[in-house]
Order: sequence, then C-alpha cells, then structure tokens
Amino acid sequence: MGRYLLRRLANYLVLVVVAASLTYFLAGLSLNPRAKFEGRNPPLPEASITKTLDDYNMNPDTPILSRFGHWADGVVHGDLGKTIEGDDVNDDFGRRVGVSTRLLLIAALIGSLGGVALGAFGAIRQYRLFDRFTTLASFFVLAMPVFVIGVALKIGATALNDGSQTIKVLGEYDPQYAGQWNLDALVNRAQHMLLPALTLIILQVALYSRYQRSTMLDVLGSDFLRTARAKGLRKGKALVKHGLRTAILPVVPLLVYNIVLLFTGATFTEKTFGWHGMGELLVDSINKQDVNSVATVGLFTAVLVLIAGLLSDLLYAALDPRVRVR
Amino acid sequence: MSVQLPPTTEPAPGPVPPGADGGRPAKARTSRLRLTVRRFARNRLALFGLCLLVLLFLGAYGGPLLTKWDYQQHDFMNFLSSPSGDHWWGTTQGGVDLFALTMRGLQKSLIIGLLVGVISTFLAATVGAFAAYFGGWTDRVLMWIVDLLLVMPSFLIIAVLSPAFRGSTWLIFVVLLGAFSWMVTGRVVRSMTFTLKDREFVKAAKYMGVPAPVIIFRHILPSMASMLIIDTVIQVGAAVIGESSLSYFGFGVQAPDVSLGTVIADNTTNASTYPWLFFFPAGCLVLIGVSISFIGDGLRDALDPNAAGAKARSSRKGKRPRREGPKRERTVAAVPAQATTAAADGQGAAQ
Repeated sequence: MGRYLLRRLANYLVLVVVAASLTYFLAGLSLNPRAKFEGRNPPLPEASITKTLDDYNMNPDTPILSRFGHWADGVVHGDLGKTIEGDDVNDDFGRRVGVSTRLLLIAALIGSLGGVALGAFGAIRQYRLFDRFTTLASFFVLAMPVFVIGVALKIGATALNDGSQTIKVLGEYDPQYAGQWNLDALVNRAQHMLLPALTLIILQVALYSRYQRSTMLDVLGSDFLRTARAKGLRKGKALVKHGLRTAILPVVPLLVYNIVLLFTGATFTEKTFGWHGMGELLVDSINKQDVNSVATVGLFTAVLVLIAGLLSDLLYAALDPRVRVR
Repeated sequence: MSVQLPPTTEPAPGPVPPGADGGRPAKARTSRLRLTVRRFARNRLALFGLCLLVLLFLGAYGGPLLTKWDYQQHDFMNFLSSPSGDHWWGTTQGGVDLFALTMRGLQKSLIIGLLVGVISTFLAATVGAFAAYFGGWTDRVLMWIVDLLLVMPSFLIIAVLSPAFRGSTWLIFVVLLGAFSWMVTGRVVRSMTFTLKDREFVKAAKYMGVPAPVIIFRHILPSMASMLIIDTVIQVGAAVIGESSLSYFGFGVQAPDVSLGTVIADNTTNASTYPWLFFFPAGCLVLIGVSISFIGDGLRDALDPNAAGAKARSSRKGKRPRREGPKRERTVAAVPAQATTAAADGQGAAQ
C-alpha cells in the first residue's frame, strides 16, 4: 500500500510540474500584458512600459524560456512573482484562498451530505413519487450551466427582497464590517453567503445524488443486505450500516475530487456573486493579461488535482478494507 | 411480444404487458436497429426529449423566417421593451429583437454541441482503442497524455488561448472544446478494448493479416458502438454547457457570432429588472440540456438491455421493481459528461 501510494505520488508530481510549466508557456505566449499599459490616457512612454514589464518578468520580447526560468526559480523559492498591478501574487493568492475556503466549506459539507442522503433515499424509494421528483429535478439542474442557476437565484432574491436588502446579492460582506467578527458582522456575512452557497449546494446535491442513487440501487439487491435483514437487523439499521456504507464507497472519489477542485472551480459562482476568491482570479487574471496570476492558477489547480488524487486514494483505503490487503 | 408473429403485431404502446421484457435476445427476424427503435419509443421521457430537440432545431432554423426582425437589426423605437405581439420575446438594450437573437444563438449552440460531441467521441475512441490494442509504450504514452490533460485546467487553457481565435473562425473554439473533453471516455474505451482484444474475432482478423487500424475501426470500435453513441449524445449536452459557460465570460464565441452564452452574457446586467432578457435564452439552454439528458438515458436503456435501468423500467408497472439486474456497467459511460461538467463548479472543465 505504501509503495503504491508513493508511486502514485511520484507520478502526480511529474504531472503537476509538466502541467504548471505548460500553463506558463501557454499564458506567456498567448497573453499580451503590454496591451494593459498601452491603452492608458495620458499615454505612457514606451521605455517605461518596457521597464515595468521587465520588472514584473512579463515582457513579451524577452524569450519565453528565460522568463520561465525566472518564474520557476521564484516558485521553487516560494515567490509567485508580481501581479500586473505590481503587488505580490503571494499576498493576493493567500487572501483569495481564504475567501474561497469560507464559501466552500459550508457549501461542500451541506452539498455532499445532502446529495448522499437524497440519492440513497431516492434509491430506497425507487419509482415512488419522491424518487421521480428528485430525479427529474436533478436532470434539470444538471442541464443548467452554473451561471444560469446563479443569475436565476439572483433574480428570485431581488423579487423576494422587494426593495429591502435582506438577501444580499453581491460581495462577501458590506465594507463597514471589514475585518470585524462580531454578531452584526456575522449576520451580514450570512446574508451575503446565502445565495452563492445555495448555488453550489443545489449543484452538488443534484450531481452527487445521481451517483449515490445508482450505487445504492446496486447494493439494495445484494445478498449481504438480505443476510443482514435475515439475522434480524431492523430495516433502517441494515440499510444504513450495511447498505449505505458500501454504496458510498464508489462515490467517495467523486466527492473528494469535486470538493477539492471547487477551489478554482467555483469560478461562475464567485463571478456571479462578486466574491474575490480563486475562481474569480481565473477569469480576471486572463482579462487583465496577468501572466503570473494565470500561471499561479494553473499551478494551484494542478496541485489541487494532486491533493484530491492522494486524498481519495487514502480515503478509499481507509474505508474499504479490501484495498488495504492488496 | 413474440417475435415469431408477423410484424403486424407491433407491441402495443402504453402499458407494457408483464413479462414483456425488451431485454430478450433478438431473434433473427427483428433487426437490432428496429429493436432499439422500438425500445426507445417505449420510453416516454426519451421520446419527449427527442421531440423537444427536434422542436428546438426547427425553431432555431425556422424561427427566424417567421419573425420580421433580424438578429442584427436595431429597432430604435423599442429599447428594453417587454414581450409583445410585435417583439415576441421583447427587445434588448440595443433594441434587438430577443427572439431573433436567441434563435440565432440557438443555432450556433446546437451546431457547436453536435460538432464537439462527434469530435470528442471520435478522439476518445481512437486514442483509447489504439492505446489498448498496441499496449506497452503506446499505451503508457497515450495514458500519460490523458492524465496530463485531466490535470491541466481546461477552462483556463481554452480561456488563455481565446485571443488566438478572436477574430478568426469559431471552428478553432470547437476543436479546442473537443480536445479537452475526450479523456474520461478515452479511458473507458481503453478498458473495453482490453477485453475485446482477446476475443476470437479480433484474433482471427489479426492472424489473417488485417492491419491494426482496420481491425480497430472495423472490428473493435463497432463492437462498442452503443457505448459510443450514448457517449456522443452526452458529450453534446456537456459541450453545449461548456460552450455557453466559456462564451459567457467572453472566452468562447466571439463578437459577430452569437451563441446562447453570449446572448445571456450581454443581457445579464439588465437581468434583475428585465427578467425576460434572461429567462428566454436561459430557458432554451436548459431545454437543450434536458432533452439531451432524456435522449441519452433512453438510448442507454434501448441499446443496452442489460442495464439495470432498462429492466427496472419495463417492470415499472409491477409492485416490486426488480433489482437484481447485472451491475450497470454503462453508468461509467454516463458519468463522464456530468462529471466533467461538474468537475469545476462544476462547470469549468469545459466540459
């Protein structure tokens, strides 16, 4: 088991390095940071633009390999470079990861629990009204791009608010509460949190419940469940302890991957509701031609995939005794 | 339904007689195609999905003929007007008729979805089959590329490359979308090829000296046709969502062209106060997705009689649904689209 994990880790590490480098090359070759400065009014002198770009290691005229070498050297020493505004990417990155975490923790928790519960219950009640309804509903949700869910919720909230400001549709908190953690600030944060969290929850519940339902259906007809019932276990206990515990196994990797990747994946939710997290950075950095930030997002995503892969391997081993024996 | 009887006795629609299990092996007379069509037609949701999709196509290409407005025409007497007899779905901020605009966007979204679905399934089938058939280093290298593409954030890559196709044709965008959505299916094809590789008909062909590409395209891939067909359909749905998501941020379909994503994006600032600007195009988008999911589901049940879904469905009228159907192998195939869809938000993976 240990050797297997180590080999996986080595393979993942190589993949991360290659993926991050490729992202840097693509971003460095495709984006044009100069355009960001050229449109200024009054126009900046050519020499000072070049000087700034050189300082930020973004000058398109510098050979890509030497830019990459500079960037990679920085990354190895824990320096992600400068943003196009001249700030440190590290600071921006740290702040954004915090924002994303606050949004995702609750959403992922409720989303995965809800999805598993809904799917398992739907399987037990197969073809009853409840199952029909959840199946149809999840079909609709999965047919919607996230931004459609987000904007629809926004429109709904505006109608519900009816002029008041009970449900906030933009930002993480109102500016006057910045840095505060008293009761008022928490309430304010909750008001802001409601819609984006709901968007993520709806989506995750719909997705996970589909998987959970199909794995649970496979388990429901199994011999061991019948045995559990035959030896006298009550139905609920047998279903949860013997049924659900087995049926949840194949869903675990999916859960782990999705939750971990939400860090950069909640792009649409964060964009729609104006949260300044990692997902937003993905879109904004490209629009700003900010090579170093794009590269950071690429690196971060690759690392997330690595973490998700290892985590799901570990969790799987912890939950499924058969893997440990091998 | 006894197949021996002359074809006049088509199975009655509606309640299926108990025991009439569509999953029985076909007798010589009934062709596979007819059997599939019949099973598909029995599934009401799938049929509904198919009708919906046909309607959407008809609307997309026929709709613009019905209205007097063109999607590029500005009605300077009507800015942001609500739906009326003159402008069926209202007008945008620039006074463009929303119906004409949405239908135009629908055309592009449908076309892109279809193209990407075909491209990505073709890629998946080719790479997966070649990797498994040749094995060894071919397999290792190809699977490493699959892993790499899965690690690279596809949304980010396509978005970064978007300046490259800004100003040129949207077909580049289609190719990019396809190039980033085949990996999971590719793995499924690979594992299916591994089992097919040792079957007699493949071995026979091999020892008769049939070249490998011919074996793959003529013998191996047709054997998994049902999985590939289902996958194509699902990929179409995923591609429509991926396309609209990228276009929503301006990384997809570019200015003179419109897709549903750009239509929604352009009107999103006014969405709260003029909700119809959002609901009509978004509704079309959702309808595409829903119809394709229904069709995919129906096709799976029709093409793969062993799937648990098909059996349970036919015994739906019974009190107790049968559950002992063999493990639903195809769930794997059904999954990638939604999974990639979900991988980011989960949308970003461009699907």
